[in-house]
Amino acid sequence: MDLSSVDFSRAQFALTALYHFLFVPLTLGLSFMIAFMETIYVSTGNEQWKKITKFWLRLFVINFAIGVATGIIMEFEFGTNWANYSWFVGDIFGAPLAIEGLFAFFLEATFFAVMFFGWDRVSKKFHLLSTWLVAIGSNLSAYWILIANAWMQDPVGTSFNPETIRNEMSSFVEVALSPMGVSKFLHTVGGGYITSALFVLGISAYFMLKKRNFVMAKKSFVVASSFGFLCSLFVLFSGDESAYQVAQKQPMKLAAMEGLYSGEINAGIVAFGVLDPKKEPGDGKDPFLFEIKAPYALGIMATRGINNFTPGIEDLVFGNENFNIISADDRIKSGKIALGALEGYKRAKERGDQISVLENRRLLEQNMQNFGYGYLEKAEEIVPPVALTFYSFHIMVSLGGYFILLFFVALYLSMANDIENFKKFLWICVWSIPLGYVACEAGWIVAEVGRQPWAIQNLMPVGIAATNLSGANVAISFALFALLFSALFIAEIKIMLKQIKIGF
Amino acid sequence: MLEFLQIYWWVVVSLLGGIFVFMMFVQGGQTLILGRDELEKDLIINSIGRKWELTFTTLVIFGGACFAAFPLFYATSFGGAYWVWMAILFCFIIQAVAYEYRKKPDNLLGAKGYELFLVINGIFGTILIGIAVSTFFSGSEFELSSNNFVEWKSEFRGLEALKNPLNLALGIALFFQARVGASLYLINNIDDEKLRGEFRASLARNFVQFLIFVVIFLAWIMLKDGYHISQDGVIVMREYKYFMNFMQMPFVLMIFLFGLCLVIFGVYKGVFTSSIRGIFPYGVGIVMVVFALFLIVGLNNTAFYPSYFNIQNSLTIYNASSSLYTLKTMAYVSLFVPAVLGYIAYVWRLMDKKKLTKDEIKDDEHIY
Repeated sequence: MDLSSVDFSRAQFALTALYHFLFVPLTLGLSFMIAFMETIYVSTGNEQWKKITKFWLRLFVINFAIGVATGIIMEFEFGTNWANYSWFVGDIFGAPLAIEGLFAFFLEATFFAVMFFGWDRVSKKFHLLSTWLVAIGSNLSAYWILIANAWMQDPVGTSFNPETIRNEMSSFVEVALSPMGVSKFLHTVGGGYITSALFVLGISAYFMLKKRNFVMAKKSFVVASSFGFLCSLFVLFSGDESAYQVAQKQPMKLAAMEGLYSGEINAGIVAFGVLDPKKEPGDGKDPFLFEIKAPYALGIMATRGINNFTPGIEDLVFGNENFNIISADDRIKSGKIALGALEGYKRAKERGDQISVLENRRLLEQNMQNFGYGYLEKAEEIVPPVALTFYSFHIMVSLGGYFILLFFVALYLSMANDIENFKKFLWICVWSIPLGYVACEAGWIVAEVGRQPWAIQNLMPVGIAATNLSGANVAISFALFALLFSALFIAEIKIMLKQIKIGF
Repeated sequence: MLEFLQIYWWVVVSLLGGIFVFMMFVQGGQTLILGRDELEKDLIINSIGRKWELTFTTLVIFGGACFAAFPLFYATSFGGAYWVWMAILFCFIIQAVAYEYRKKPDNLLGAKGYELFLVINGIFGTILIGIAVSTFFSGSEFELSSNNFVEWKSEFRGLEALKNPLNLALGIALFFQARVGASLYLINNIDDEKLRGEFRASLARNFVQFLIFVVIFLAWIMLKDGYHISQDGVIVMREYKYFMNFMQMPFVLMIFLFGLCLVIFGVYKGVFTSSIRGIFPYGVGIVMVVFALFLIVGLNNTAFYPSYFNIQNSLTIYNASSSLYTLKTMAYVSLFVPAVLGYIAYVWRLMDKKKLTKDEIKDDEHIY
């Protein structure tokens, strides 16, 4: 396999996913906010709420269109750039994607037309129903794709079939309701809701500062601040649950998130830290140039108890007998036995040697939990990019804390009917709009970079998962995507700013 | 049970293929804007614009269904014929923003830029999909490793299919088919007698051009050798394979012929009568015709994704499918399809009850 092709495929998937996720959060949250606003209009008959709804809908559709445009490549990119992966686990992975299309995309696509074009063609109530269905459809879509992503992090409900040399689904319920998937969904959509609340909050604040459409802007501000505050609290709890799931199923990712090289009992959380870029596993150096820790917090988050051990990077690489952690080298040896047994099994089947078939099958099953490690050569390969994971995680969490405060103050001041007197605060709201996006993208970097080197945790490293393509091919498609998506993004921003300027 | 489900899922995928080809009237409409004035362009774009997402979503579902039911095909074709699929995807990415951004102020590319996107999607989206599907009959240049990982032998990664002019025939046929469907849809959906007259004339012209290329394609596949799975599982070339599939599956032949009659009837209504309802028999007919063609390429022991490089690596519904468990699970999911089709049909009727007029386009704030 051409390694530059693997790296370009990784870069391309990251590029397309990060671009797509610039638009998804707003769709997830703004669709619900618009549904709330339209509900108020239909139940009160107040035409002002209709105007408010239509204004935010105008912005919603601009975002929705480019969300759709950047999304189609995701459906097919598993096949184009990760063909080996698609065969190896398609029996499980394909199902949530197909269900996403059938249940979610068609719901969105059908009722979006009513939402946008149907104001004078359908009844008020049917239009309102359509708006709610678009919101439900978008979030349903998020559920299934996040179930698929969660399965990559924790491959449940599956077993390896040596006859077909692929993984096969053994329990759809386990896949569809995996704790990793559910917590990931709740946390990710929560992040989307915060992003959309910041968007509405900031734009409303801008109108209030310019004293334009003041009453409608303030109404939107109140909706955004209450929605945002509730979601910020929700994200705090869902984030804790997500981190707990990561600690259980991907301890290396958690260790990277915290820059924890040497495991600890009652480990503390790094509230603020600067990593030593020269730190390597096993060199005995302090991983931090500077850190401020909150004691016990990581241990409680990761283990839901005290006096428990949280493994660090070095424990997972070199092993730790005291806590029954086997070394990566031993896992690699076991993985190579599994791979060898699979080859032996195939050859024995061809020869018709039943005894050898059974023996190789037994060896394979005994070492199956380390199958993916067999593709690795060095123990250090299991360490993801620590700095990127660590800083992304801390940016995301810091912003999460900031959002709770921001929305609380916004809600308090608008309930006290005083918000227009706090111009500096309103400008803070305006400049906070991009921060939701930063937090969401940082979260995805944690999820996906922290997962490396695995395409599927412990089962398949990225080097084996990619399509057998020359690096030049992927370099060209990467460049084309970068160009096209950047152009479309610039167009979207310009259109959005113009529509905001036009106003309610 | 496994074989039943493999056949069931090929039937579902074939039906999706048929529906997608019908929905390509959106792409057809996008090329019918060429040479029109602003108001007429707006009318056409807003008419098909209420449906573009359904076509788009059908394409996405087709990919999803292939991934879920036939993951080896999904991996082999998308990973192998990389550039064909990338080109198709680029055509659809630009379409997705074009409707919404076209008339918006400060849109960076101007209205003409986005209209060009629509035209590109209309021309190349249809032709490339036709070429990709034609390789189900002509074969492709790939091999599978012992782990079933695809190794594509041509450096052009799927674009080499253009070298075979008969693959191009299906692509061009699809292009003209899309314009036929669009003409019929616009006759039904736009309440303007002048335009209806023009669409009827366009319908006749495009149908003739469609016929030329589709007859070439059909003649080729009926006369060519095809990839047959023999009883011991070995894949061999068999003379007149696709013709024999029609003969050996008379029910499929009936669907094809009945569909063809409906297509012709729909076009007849559109060209020679004042009816605006030609789209309905045409739509049902084209779904049936394409459905039947997909059935003869995958059923009756036929390799639906053949390899002329290594014939034994050709994909069949038996070696490319998911496991029994997954096919069964997805079969339960597919029971919801009638409900999905139901609400789509309901909303379609609701939204299209009132036809589009020039006045509505001029006055309505909710237009593309």
